[in-house]
Amino acid sequence: MSLASISILAGQGRDGGVEVVRRIDLVPGDTLAVVGPTGSGKSVLLSDIEQLAEGDTPSGRRILLNGRAPERSPLGLVATLSQRTNFVIDTNVATFVATHAACLDKPGEDWPNIVLGLANRLCGEPIRHDDPLQGLSGGQTRALMIADIALISDAPVILLDELENAGIDKHAAIAALADRGKIILTATHDPVLVLMSRRRVVMRGGAMVHLHERDAAETLWQERLRGLDEIFRNARETLRGGERLTLGGIL
Amino acid sequence: MKIITLAGPPSVGKTAIIAHAIRVLLAAGRKPAAVKFDTRSPVDAERLKRDFGIPTISGLSGYLCPDHYFVSNMEEAMDWGAHQEADVLFVETAGLCLRCAPHIEGIPAVTVVDCLGGFDVPTKMGPMLSCADLIVVTKGDLVSQAEREVFIHSLPRNAPRAEVLPVNGLTGTGVRAVLRWLDRQPEGANAASARLRHDMPASICSYCTGERRIGRVYQTGNVEKLDWKAAP
Ligand SMILES: Nc1nc2c(ncn2[C@@H]2O[C@H](COP(=O)(O)OP(=O)(O)OP(=O)(O)O)[C@@H](O)[C@H]2O)c(=O)[nH]1
Ligand SMILES: Nc1ncnc2c1ncn2[C@@H]1O[C@H](COP(=O)(O)OP(=O)(O)OP(=O)(O)O)[C@@H](O)[C@H]1O
Ligand SMILES: [Mg+2]
Ligand SMILES: [Mg+2]
Repeated sequence: MSLASISILAGQGRDGGVEVVRRIDLVPGDTLAVVGPTGSGKSVLLSDIEQLAEGDTPSGRRILLNGRAPERSPLGLVATLSQRTNFVIDTNVATFVATHAACLDKPGEDWPNIVLGLANRLCGEPIRHDDPLQGLSGGQTRALMIADIALISDAPVILLDELENAGIDKHAAIAALADRGKIILTATHDPVLVLMSRRRVVMRGGAMVHLHERDAAETLWQERLRGLDEIFRNARETLRGGERLTLGGIL
Repeated sequence: MKIITLAGPPSVGKTAIIAHAIRVLLAAGRKPAAVKFDTRSPVDAERLKRDFGIPTISGLSGYLCPDHYFVSNMEEAMDWGAHQEADVLFVETAGLCLRCAPHIEGIPAVTVVDCLGGFDVPTKMGPMLSCADLIVVTKGDLVSQAEREVFIHSLPRNAPRAEVLPVNGLTGTGVRAVLRWLDRQPEGANAASARLRHDMPASICSYCTGERRIGRVYQTGNVEKLDWKAAP
């Protein structure tokens, strides 16, 4: 479906008090981080979007598509990805990617090559065409799922719930999704992921209590943290590969 | 009273969906009730009664075909629901056998499938899917987005009127879309004159009456043989 905007209209928090943030509008390419302590209502907010709440969920929120209440839940509006998702089918990477593309009537292109090209930019260990899906590492699995969602899935809205320690280049992952004109919401405790989004909504007691925009100081923080994240990932890859860390890598 | 039949293979999440729906309906001041047809265990109905205090009843088919047992008791089940003054009656079937579909003309029919069974499950299922008005897909939280999309695509196209809705049976996400769908469905039909959407399998052989010896000589009644002479 063609989606020009999605809007979140306030409801109430767990104590029944109205939400401070009254409305959030998102257009293609927008990213919104959802932050707050454990139990503050991040997953519930994502779930409201997933089921296009009409004031009929515990939060009382409403979701508008293109400025209007949707008549029916359009199938295929949102794609979701969380720490818990796994591949369950028993086939190899290339066959699987080709099957997905064929299902969505996208013949012609060499989808396995295209998707693996992106996936392999997102994670350290290269994924090969004939790797069994079940044999992929956690990082490879996440990278392949993100590349597949970015390139093949038609869903215009992406919900990422706790992608934390996925072992992938999170920055490149979010950028790849946003570049395809997706609307991305990430519920996360990870400062690197939080600052990647231009805006973030702060949850407390089930309610949306602040809507922050990343400012100049936070943009500097973002660059700094991203650099640290890269150092961290490189060290992990080096150690995991049985190599030694050298002074050159840190000075 | 709205009546809704739910069918689907074992453990796909039928009771989980009913439980989430009941929670939402009770919060809205409605009066749901539930009937569960099963082969031997009354746990589903007991669980709904315990968790929500609503009227429930379970019918155990024992040695009978659970689908035949279901259809033989449907009229009474609807009378029971009316007697409880329920405004929504959930009827969950055992759904063990994929040969038939316990769905009835004029009664909103839901078939539940999960994403875990593989992509050819939909083609294996036949009438239970093709007779449904609504196909609910569960356990999407356990698989990738791509697998969900391929699975939903593989649902049979010979059910043009069936809607497809994903529901997470653990969190209840999606169950409101099912209830919105139910709001658009007609009130339950008159059971005395209603018809099954698909015929039920014939089962009138010696095993239907308790025979356990498997030899040819013990087989009587409606016995069908594979064409063994043509076998390689
Ligand atoms: N992860 C996950 N688990 C689910 C989902 N839906 C149901 N389950 C789990 O699957 C198991 C079986 O669910 P039930 O609701 O009992 O399934 P059922 O279809 O009623 O089973 P029978 O009546 O025994 O045929 C339970 O442990 C549920 O919590 C889902 O969407 N995701
Ligand atoms: N607006 C609301 N109204 C009523 N209940 C709510 C609301 N928001 C959240 N809740 C309830 O609060 C609980 C915690 O919410 P949720 O799971 O979304 O937290 P979370 O921020 O995702 O936590 P975590 O970081 O641990 O994943 C849930 O049981 C949910 O039902
Ligand atoms: Mg959460
Ligand atoms: Mg059950």
